Amino acid sequence: MRTRTSVLAAVALLAVTTGCGAADMTKQASPFANAQGSKSVTLSVQSWVGAQANVAVAQYLLEHELGYRVDTVQIDEVPAWDALSQGRVDALLEDWGHPEEEQRYVKDKKTIVNGGDLGVTGHIGWFVPTYFAEQHPDVTDWKNLNKYADQFRTPESGGKGQLMDGSPSYVTNDKALVQNLDLNYQVVFAGSEAAQITQIKQFAKEKKPFLTYWYSPQWLFKKVPMTEVKLPAYKEGCDADPAKVACAYPHTPLQKYLNADFAKSGGEAAAFLRKFKWTTEDQNEVSLMIAEQKLTPQEAAKKWVDSHESTWKQWLS
Amino acid sequence: MATVTASAPRALPAVLKNRVIAKLALLALAAAILVPLANARWASGSWPEALTVDLTQPLTGASDWIIDNRDSHPLFLYFFGHISNAVVLSVRAVYLALLTIGWAGVTALGAFVAWRVAGVRLALGTAAAFLACGLLGMWVPTMQTLALMVVAVLASVVVGALLGLAAGLSDRMDRVLRPVLDTMQVLPAFAYLLPVVLVFGIGVPAAVLATVVYAAPPMARLTALGLRGADKGVLEAVESLGATARQRLLTARIPLARKELLLGLNQTIMMALSMAVIASVIGAGGLGDRVYQALASVDVGAALAAGIPIVLLAVVLDRVTAAAGAGTGQRPRAGWPYALAAAVAVAVAGRLLGRADWPDTWTVNIAEPVNRAVDWMTAHLYSGVPVVGGTADWAGHFTTWVLDPLRDGLQWLPWWSVLLIVAALAWLIGTWRTALTAVLAMAAIGVLGVWEPSLDTLSQVLAAVAVTLVLGFATGIAAARSERFERALRPVLDVFQTMPQFVYLIPVVALFGVGRAPAVAAAVVYALPAVVRITAQGLRQVDPAALESARSLGATSGQQLRQVQLPLARRSLLLAVNQGVVLVLAVVIIGGLVGGGALGYDVVFGLAQGDLATGLVAGAAIVCLGLMLDRVTQPTERRAKKGA
Repeated sequence: MRTRTSVLAAVALLAVTTGCGAADMTKQASPFANAQGSKSVTLSVQSWVGAQANVAVAQYLLEHELGYRVDTVQIDEVPAWDALSQGRVDALLEDWGHPEEEQRYVKDKKTIVNGGDLGVTGHIGWFVPTYFAEQHPDVTDWKNLNKYADQFRTPESGGKGQLMDGSPSYVTNDKALVQNLDLNYQVVFAGSEAAQITQIKQFAKEKKPFLTYWYSPQWLFKKVPMTEVKLPAYKEGCDADPAKVACAYPHTPLQKYLNADFAKSGGEAAAFLRKFKWTTEDQNEVSLMIAEQKLTPQEAAKKWVDSHESTWKQWLS
Repeated sequence: MATVTASAPRALPAVLKNRVIAKLALLALAAAILVPLANARWASGSWPEALTVDLTQPLTGASDWIIDNRDSHPLFLYFFGHISNAVVLSVRAVYLALLTIGWAGVTALGAFVAWRVAGVRLALGTAAAFLACGLLGMWVPTMQTLALMVVAVLASVVVGALLGLAAGLSDRMDRVLRPVLDTMQVLPAFAYLLPVVLVFGIGVPAAVLATVVYAAPPMARLTALGLRGADKGVLEAVESLGATARQRLLTARIPLARKELLLGLNQTIMMALSMAVIASVIGAGGLGDRVYQALASVDVGAALAAGIPIVLLAVVLDRVTAAAGAGTGQRPRAGWPYALAAAVAVAVAGRLLGRADWPDTWTVNIAEPVNRAVDWMTAHLYSGVPVVGGTADWAGHFTTWVLDPLRDGLQWLPWWSVLLIVAALAWLIGTWRTALTAVLAMAAIGVLGVWEPSLDTLSQVLAAVAVTLVLGFATGIAAARSERFERALRPVLDVFQTMPQFVYLIPVVALFGVGRAPAVAAAVVYALPAVVRITAQGLRQVDPAALESARSLGATSGQQLRQVQLPLARRSLLLAVNQGVVLVLAVVIIGGLVGGGALGYDVVFGLAQGDLATGLVAGAAIVCLGLMLDRVTQPTERRAKKGA
């Protein structure tokens, strides 16, 4: 009898605490959010430092100028779209182009809206270190890459040259490119940006030649100058079929995306995030402080904010 | 034939030998019939295309269905939604409570609980650990992780105890549950993070549920073991007193299983903590998130600052629950109210005196010196060390001379011969049932269409296990022989075992370059402690009388080791091999993050790209590999004993 009563009590308690009837999973924030009882915004952070820089500055201004409490969630891009549509995060500040997700969430379901340009243009490409490009100027054209395959060889690449790719979350056509351009290269996936950067730094320390997938804007260029290798020019639609790609990557104006509800009722915070727009140089300045001077993102953001008042004043008006 | 008759007095080994030959002969016969048939139909080195099943369509369909329906379907609104809400509410409640008590209160509470349960020394250790978390500037993330852990461990214990109760009381349930529990533990967490995220969305509910899947099995296993192991005499006595089944359970069997239950709790806590970092990949926050974010800017020091609190929490919780299980430090119950009152007093005093938050100025920055040390290490060891060469050269040689031949050899073998080898190995060490399981697991990998990457992963696992065993046995023997060495080794092993693997992702790349070599290095670091511990313990437990008699016969120390200790500790050594294999396999994912490629990379790719088909299939292949390797390395006696 006693057990039955306690089971009933437990069920009743559960019903009272969670509310009877339907549970709306799109209305759940993090349990750590908003613990001080103020108005709050949740931003998603992607694993690269540029994304950290965007979020750090947005967070600093939201907290110090608009009085919000900001929570950040570290999450890869595709899961971030998912989280954005469910309202687990309010904004994604740097998107490199995900046509499938745009179709699904922005056009069909209308749970996410475009928040405008970030102001930074992103570009993916193949890079060799500048010290090597200066000695061998013709390496910067893909047609000559096979000539250098031997010098780019590592134990991991078998008998071929190594083309190092990075994190699995990044957009890449490299396997198809190597195949379709008839290159004597093996794509080796470093598996994470952290591993890739560490390896690039080690190569650079020894002035060894290497060929890597990389992207700009990126703070590492300041530490390890790299020169892009020209691939066949990009034309609209030349990358439509993933198996047949034989052209370079496009230049992408990076986009911001907001949760649809947040965009409508997010008040000052939503308006601010829509207006947030800065340059590649601005972003790199903050990124370099985080990654090389090892400042915390908050400290780096404060430094930038203190010296660029005219830029961010416009975002608040 | 003559030799067989001649050795008649020693009949047992001869019979054994005959059985080995008979098994092999039978296998050879089966192979002679089946191989030509298979070869005629599907003549290829790698697994034949015709025998694969492509799961891409159904899995992608399932993932689309979930995304389209999760905001409206009753299953989500009335079931998953409530689970999710309940998790969020309980984690929030614990978190707010911890924040309200303040740092002084939490530290005092922890210390007093440790004091009542485990004595003064551990109480001081607990207090020091909490203060260290604050000093490292990690107070708030530590509290977030703690809140998450409290809820996840409670849920795991409840789920595990219920499953264990069922398995302990019913043989049929035991048989049904065992493979389920095996799968829950071997399936790499990364593989089921994605389905969990699809259903629950990113964040705390998904993290807690993923943790429960991983942490509940040890509780279930040990509960079942405890219930089954209850003293028959006591049970009969209780029965003769006319107790009902439920009374027997509550008054005799469960109290008798106390030790196993507490060990289960201990194991569950450790498993849950090891998930803290992995859960950060899906936005769980807390310490794991700090480790993960530090990696983005390649900052080992900051990652370590967040990793140390995880190690401290793990060590403290391990020691305290282990002491509770062993029953040391038990004091009369009367002490509890005083301890709690004292903790409350400290908490209130802390709040009245100032702020509940950890003061910002009381922090120590360890990131900078650590980074400098790592830089120095990698700058000097990476290459150009005279005579021995740098770590990068070793890694290169290891890749070229060990990993490449092993991988190419495995991939060159015709698919049916791989199955035959697995069958032979599993049958020799176990029964035809274990052999069948192993072969089916291996065949499933082929059917899933990931034969090549799986053999690549297998070659890395085998190489890592070999290195682990060489180092582990040597260290274990040394530890068994010298008490002092073992004491010095213990904290090192603790750190190796509990430090989140993400922390040494950058150092291994900095030392060994990107590729399979750093993946092997990470696996060795992770699996070594268990192998060392089991080896040392096994050697210690060798019957002293046998050793004494060997010594009296004038055996040298080396002879004692080779001819007495090692043979007598055979069972422990085999267990060490088995554990080495399982643990190495658990780090395959980390291998994927440092360039190991193969299955580990596919699983990470699946999560990062929301690609259920790639991630889940690779995860399933890892489970099959684990199952196969487990059966091939697990002698039958142990299995028979486990079920008893």
